[in-house]
Amino acid sequence: MSMGIPQPALRNSTLVRVILFLWLGVNAALASFAATSVLHKAAPEFVRTDLNHRRLDLRAYRGKIVLLNFWATWCAPCQLEMPRFVAWQNQYGPRGLQIIGVSMDDDSAAANSLVKKLKLNYPVVMGDEKLGHSYGGVMGLPITFLIDSHGKVQAQYQGETNLNSIEEQFKPLLRP
Amino acid sequence: MKFSFARISGTLAVLFTFALLSSKVQMQAQFAGASVPNGSTLTIPVAQIIQPEALLHLLQGTGAEKPLMLQVGSHMMYAEGHIPGSEYVGQGSQPAGLQQLQNRVSSLPRKRAIILYCGCCPWNRCPNLGPAFAKLHDMGFTNVKVLYLADNFGTNWANKGYPVEQGR
Repeated sequence: MSMGIPQPALRNSTLVRVILFLWLGVNAALASFAATSVLHKAAPEFVRTDLNHRRLDLRAYRGKIVLLNFWATWCAPCQLEMPRFVAWQNQYGPRGLQIIGVSMDDDSAAANSLVKKLKLNYPVVMGDEKLGHSYGGVMGLPITFLIDSHGKVQAQYQGETNLNSIEEQFKPLLRP
Repeated sequence: MKFSFARISGTLAVLFTFALLSSKVQMQAQFAGASVPNGSTLTIPVAQIIQPEALLHLLQGTGAEKPLMLQVGSHMMYAEGHIPGSEYVGQGSQPAGLQQLQNRVSSLPRKRAIILYCGCCPWNRCPNLGPAFAKLHDMGFTNVKVLYLADNFGTNWANKGYPVEQGR
């Protein structure tokens, strides 16, 4: 009596293996996509010209506590955060806080206009997908990174975040 | 006094719920007074909203005709990550974006299945979906769904391991 596996069953089994292999491959690829967070890693460096035409090198802010805020003019929650950032820059700037804005607008004119309207007292650069990818992908705004004095990302805040809790997190890192 | 497992877990559940609610209330308080932009997502009928899981099943299915998926947020966010097969058609909050949307769909049958999505920011604050949906409705499209992304595209789509493509 033959113990061989019937051909259709064999074909089905091979098919199942192929599907399983593909499924695992797709999942691995997706997992690596989701695992590109910069949290607890060195903040990706960048050099840009800010909206006031001054050179901005993130590396030059080593020694300061940096809040790197990605925003856009069409993002309502972003605009609600900004007056608070202005107040923090005034209040905590002398103790080593530096806020840096990254506009994810498609063009700089709208960003420039809002920066003036809100009287932002911190530098703003224009972002792009390259910069966004380097920070793990900016797929929703606002998103803010807390970078310590050694240039390491200590925290990441995505979406409508409780601003009081952000303040409580960066305050202990500032100079007395 | 005897502490049963059920009593302890019940207490923890109450405390957790309280913590969650108070944090939500605090967050809403800091954004109090913020106006909802005209043509917000609140104007989109519930029946026209599709959940991410349902769209994923639709895309994985073997149905003959896949829906036309249009991203109506910013081009940069599209480049950061979008649903494979979807097209960028301009920002729904901008007149130029709505014109681009109109140009893209004007020759299509009005029964064509269309999915609109954005995910730029939290659902109820998205400035793009409401006007884009209204535009298609005004043009007579009858089979339009809008993808519900509660927080943003990253949190409610990409981070769930759903397919994402990068580039313009």
